[in-house]
Amino acid sequence: MKRYSAFAIAREALRHHSGWQRAWRSPEPKSRYDVVIVGAGGHGLATAYYLGRRFGIKNVAVIEKGWLGGGNTGRNTTIIRSNYLQDPSAAIYEKSRSLYETLSQELNYNIMFSPRGVIMLAQTHHEVRGYQRTAHANALQGVTTEFISPRRVKELVPIINIDGPRYPVLGGLWQARGGTARHDAVAWGYARACSDMGMDIIQQCEVTGIRQTDGKVTGVSTTRGEIGCDKLGLVVAGHSGVLADMAGFRLPVESVALQALVSEPIKPCMDVVVMANTVHGYMSQSDKGEMVIGGGADGYNNYTQRGSFHHIEETVRALIETFPMISRLKMLRQWGGIVDMTGDRSPILSRTPLDGCFINCGWGTGGFKAIPGSGYGMAELMAKGYSPLTDAFGLERFREGRFIDESVAAGVAH
Amino acid sequence: MLTLRCPVCGIDADETELSPGGEAHLTRFGPDASDDDFHDYLFTRENPRGVHFERWRHSYGCGKWFHAARCTVTLEVFGTYSAQTTEPPAGIRAVIAEKRPGWSWRGLS
Ligand SMILES: Cc1cc2nc3c(=O)[nH]c(=O)nc-3n(C[C@H](O)[C@H](O)[C@H](O)COP(=O)(O)OP(=O)(O)OC[C@H]3O[C@@H](n4cnc5c(N)ncnc54)[C@H](O)[C@@H]3O)c2cc1C
Ligand SMILES: [Zn+2]
Repeated sequence: MKRYSAFAIAREALRHHSGWQRAWRSPEPKSRYDVVIVGAGGHGLATAYYLGRRFGIKNVAVIEKGWLGGGNTGRNTTIIRSNYLQDPSAAIYEKSRSLYETLSQELNYNIMFSPRGVIMLAQTHHEVRGYQRTAHANALQGVTTEFISPRRVKELVPIINIDGPRYPVLGGLWQARGGTARHDAVAWGYARACSDMGMDIIQQCEVTGIRQTDGKVTGVSTTRGEIGCDKLGLVVAGHSGVLADMAGFRLPVESVALQALVSEPIKPCMDVVVMANTVHGYMSQSDKGEMVIGGGADGYNNYTQRGSFHHIEETVRALIETFPMISRLKMLRQWGGIVDMTGDRSPILSRTPLDGCFINCGWGTGGFKAIPGSGYGMAELMAKGYSPLTDAFGLERFREGRFIDESVAAGVAH
Repeated sequence: MLTLRCPVCGIDADETELSPGGEAHLTRFGPDASDDDFHDYLFTRENPRGVHFERWRHSYGCGKWFHAARCTVTLEVFGTYSAQTTEPPAGIRAVIAEKRPGWSWRGLS
């Protein structure tokens, strides 16, 4: 693989850009791999990448029914933060955030990580107490966050209305090294690095069955034939229930639609990410100038990648109160993704009742930020059978009553 | 927008009038149940890509609970029926069998 560099741009400029290579190969599936990962979203690709890079397992295929990054990874609003309440969450999200800091260099691919800072607004007294508690927890966990005053919020976000009639801004939880990244580039960068290690990324190939003998996984049936494997990783977000059904177990997960929308591009007006969890709205400005807006998830099971219109309406209504200047903005695009929700709003990274089959799911509305850390932990779990990063996130935590309750800390966990 | 006919008051209710109540026909296992049954009742959920049965409440209407049979892929509604039943009535199952031959849901078909 040729490296991307300033020199490469100059070289290609001189020869009419005739020397760029494809970023990844599109091979025919082989009959067998050591590891098969189902789902070429960020989490699946990152799992494959760290399996090869850190744990020396390179005979790997990543199988994707559509195009890589076309699931939630390419549909999310790209907020990256690690200010969670519980210790296991802080560990995996902070590992992830810190890997994001140097990911462009590591992958030789510009993922446009922008640590511009994230504020979570406290708009009720309940939230003030909740976020103060989170700030204290973060201090103990070594995650740098701070509870800031309304005045400081106004300094950071001049376009905000801090004394709105319904939900005045009473403070905020500020993580200065949180931010955003380019979602597609994260998937593309990992895919390019995986392909470079000799791994096969097989797109347009749907897994339709999981084969097993004596309780141990032996391979998958796909729309492009049978593929054998020693170990199988299911990393399919909203479709986890469908794949678990093929493998013969059930999950504490339900799939619902979550939507986002973007406005027409405007001049730079907000250089941090703002989340308003009480009213279920959050907003950032993209490099193109569009205001990127997200809201709450629908309340019922859905696989259509379209959400209910009234959720968009509620989100925008709430945000207009907090950001009056957006009231005349035209919205350009709206879309949905199918998110996999667990009861405690924390992910599942786990062995499964089927020997050799592992699952990584339940990231719900907030897993983009976790892609590098989750991939790292999942790779370690699959390679060694144990990972300190994923240990608390096993499927058995529900039976054992060891929930990792993040639903209080982040009503919406983007 | 999803529209369900409330079987109690007979009104075609928009989604904004309704509150979703999750998976239908759960057996509410108590403290004397086995660990497996109690675990499944509390946490494990059907999450089908296709035919699904759910509880809904006509919260901004008559306030009553009822059941709905729906497809999670197309959002087609097969029918709604009374809350006072432990399984989908034969009429609803016949409608589904016609539209989705070979369907199954938690052992029902
Ligand atoms: C609108 C929206 C906004 C969001 N905002 C944020 C945010 O601001 N910050 C944040 O951290 N997170 C956010 N999220 C959540 C985040 O997008 C997800 O948690 C994350 O992208 C999940 O990545 P993944 O790789 O697990 O899943 P995906 O990217 O969905 O990848 C799963 C892949 O599996 C494939 N697949 C499914 N079934 C099969 C099969 N049978 N065979 C082969 N392949 C299959 C799918 O096609 C898909 O490509 C948001 C999500 C949405 C929808
Ligand atoms: Zn009614």
